[in-house]
Amino acid sequence: MKKVNKATRKNFLTYALVIAAYGVLQSMVSSGSISSAMKGMLVPICAYVVMAVSLNLTVGVLGELSLGHAGFMSVGAFTGVTAAMALKGIVASAPLRLLIGMVVGAGFAAIAGVLIGIPVMRLKGDYLAIVTLAFGEIIKSIVTNLYVGVDENGLHLSMLTNKLDLGEGGRMIINGPMGITTIEKISTFTAGFLLVMVTLIIVFNLVNSRSGRAIMAIRDNRIAAESVGINITRYRMTAFVISAALAGAAGTLFAMNFSTIIASKFDFNTSILVLVFVVLGGLGNMLGSIIAAAALTILPEALRGFADYRMLIYAVILIIVMLTTNNKAVGDLLQKLLPGKKEEEESHG
Amino acid sequence: MAEKKTFQRGKLAPVPSGAVIPERDLDKHPILECRRLGIDFGGLHAVQDFNLTIGRTEIAGLIGPNGAGKTTVFNLLTKVYQPTRGTILLDGMDTSGKTTEQINRMGIARTFQNIRLFNNLSVEDNVKIGLHNQEPYSLADAIFRLPRYWRQEKTAHERAMELLSIFDMQDLADHRAGSLPYGAQRRLEIVRALATNPSLLLLDEPAAGMNPSETTELMENIVKIRDTFQIAVMLIEHDMNLVMGICEGICVLNFGQVIAKGSPEDIQANPAVIEAYLGRKKEK
Repeated sequence: MKKVNKATRKNFLTYALVIAAYGVLQSMVSSGSISSAMKGMLVPICAYVVMAVSLNLTVGVLGELSLGHAGFMSVGAFTGVTAAMALKGIVASAPLRLLIGMVVGAGFAAIAGVLIGIPVMRLKGDYLAIVTLAFGEIIKSIVTNLYVGVDENGLHLSMLTNKLDLGEGGRMIINGPMGITTIEKISTFTAGFLLVMVTLIIVFNLVNSRSGRAIMAIRDNRIAAESVGINITRYRMTAFVISAALAGAAGTLFAMNFSTIIASKFDFNTSILVLVFVVLGGLGNMLGSIIAAAALTILPEALRGFADYRMLIYAVILIIVMLTTNNKAVGDLLQKLLPGKKEEEESHG
Repeated sequence: MAEKKTFQRGKLAPVPSGAVIPERDLDKHPILECRRLGIDFGGLHAVQDFNLTIGRTEIAGLIGPNGAGKTTVFNLLTKVYQPTRGTILLDGMDTSGKTTEQINRMGIARTFQNIRLFNNLSVEDNVKIGLHNQEPYSLADAIFRLPRYWRQEKTAHERAMELLSIFDMQDLADHRAGSLPYGAQRRLEIVRALATNPSLLLLDEPAAGMNPSETTELMENIVKIRDTFQIAVMLIEHDMNLVMGICEGICVLNFGQVIAKGSPEDIQANPAVIEAYLGRKKEK
């Protein structure tokens, strides 16, 4: 009998849980047994799940702290939405436009990943974190001062002030600090679910391959990785760029769920929020990231009954969860209650 | 007490440059030649005028008191440090300007004095990382799980198990490398280094922390590795039984300079070596 190792089992469990969650929620949506507030959060949850899983690739698998993940989301959101809006008259099918938007968003985010990666990959640890933080702020400033419009001659672009001279029938897409105001809401829960699945497939297949092992080798011991002939810069860059591209696709998905989107939506706070998902779910633990992202996105909504104390309670819950998940006594108790749990914990070391 | 084993050692013979290598390697180009190698750390000459020639299948020893510069020599050979002076020829090719990673691809693999494993990964994955450049496939092969991925992963698994069997470690394949006992970690480091298919294996204190019977087993294995893979081995070691038992050529380093070179018998009788280790005899 062919032996299936623990990592593979855990990956299949993750796929199965995501598919099951989609099935349950989708049937609740079609039977109308879900609140409209909850329904409106399905797409953002998918986007945050993709953000968390992709950031986990940088933080958990590569072992580098990135504080500018929302910057890539922003790049993906604005380029992807621009592409989808510019193609409105040309491509009739909305899902196809969304797909093109996501691919364009991922592509531009990947380019941003390469550009920021060139200086960043010379740095380690804290320095890398600070540079990625600065990158996120730069992206915010650029997008705030960007004007893009479309007419029959194609796309027009200007910086700082609106100097666009659009022809007959032309329309603005990105309007500086106002962001994009006329988004056609074409993101659907199914599209979000598919993006989550694609992200998981990419990340799992990467991690369980020669390249993934090289990336984890760099994380565990850089000097030893070099000594066995691994090209450090190349594999750090690979992980960083894939992570950025997935964040870009998530950005497009997220933006196309709202009618208006502005650059300051993707600021430092968003980067930190995604980092919280990753740390809470466990470094390198993709299923943990998914659960943390979903739970913490729903939580503020679920706490709406507490009115003004909502964010206070949110913070307290976060602290309690962090303390208990890192507490050995609680962990041991859980292991006693769930005998099968121990093996899986070990596989994550 | 572990019984004392004797190992077949080759007789040394001079090559044109004047250095000595085992007789059986004379018809082949030496695997390693260092010429007047040196490095300064600030004003300190950490290693000076280091000349060394190693034969194709030689087991060579590098010994000396603590702080003599032995590990620095390994770091120079693998380009962890760039030499200040001198040349290193690997299989006749100049290695100047190469990085650690390129040196490994050219054929030098090493272990570390303070063990450096990929602690959070399994034993098998550690070896597979050593096979990184041996079983290549692209990122696209991996993400789309193309046939090439399955084929290469299968070969990598088989190769990894085969290599682990040298030290009888197949059963440990699924264990986390960081959870292994000390001796097994040292052995795993050797296996990982071998996986990169080197022509010269550098072992930095392979017997450190091992008991006498483990050391004897290690000696057998080093000789076995040399015989099976037909590679050269250079080792730093403080255990004189090991060094004198299996090394053919020995180089003694003190304060960054070579004070003696030759066969174990020559080294044991060399007054400069005795002085370096035991101090000068008192004048009567």
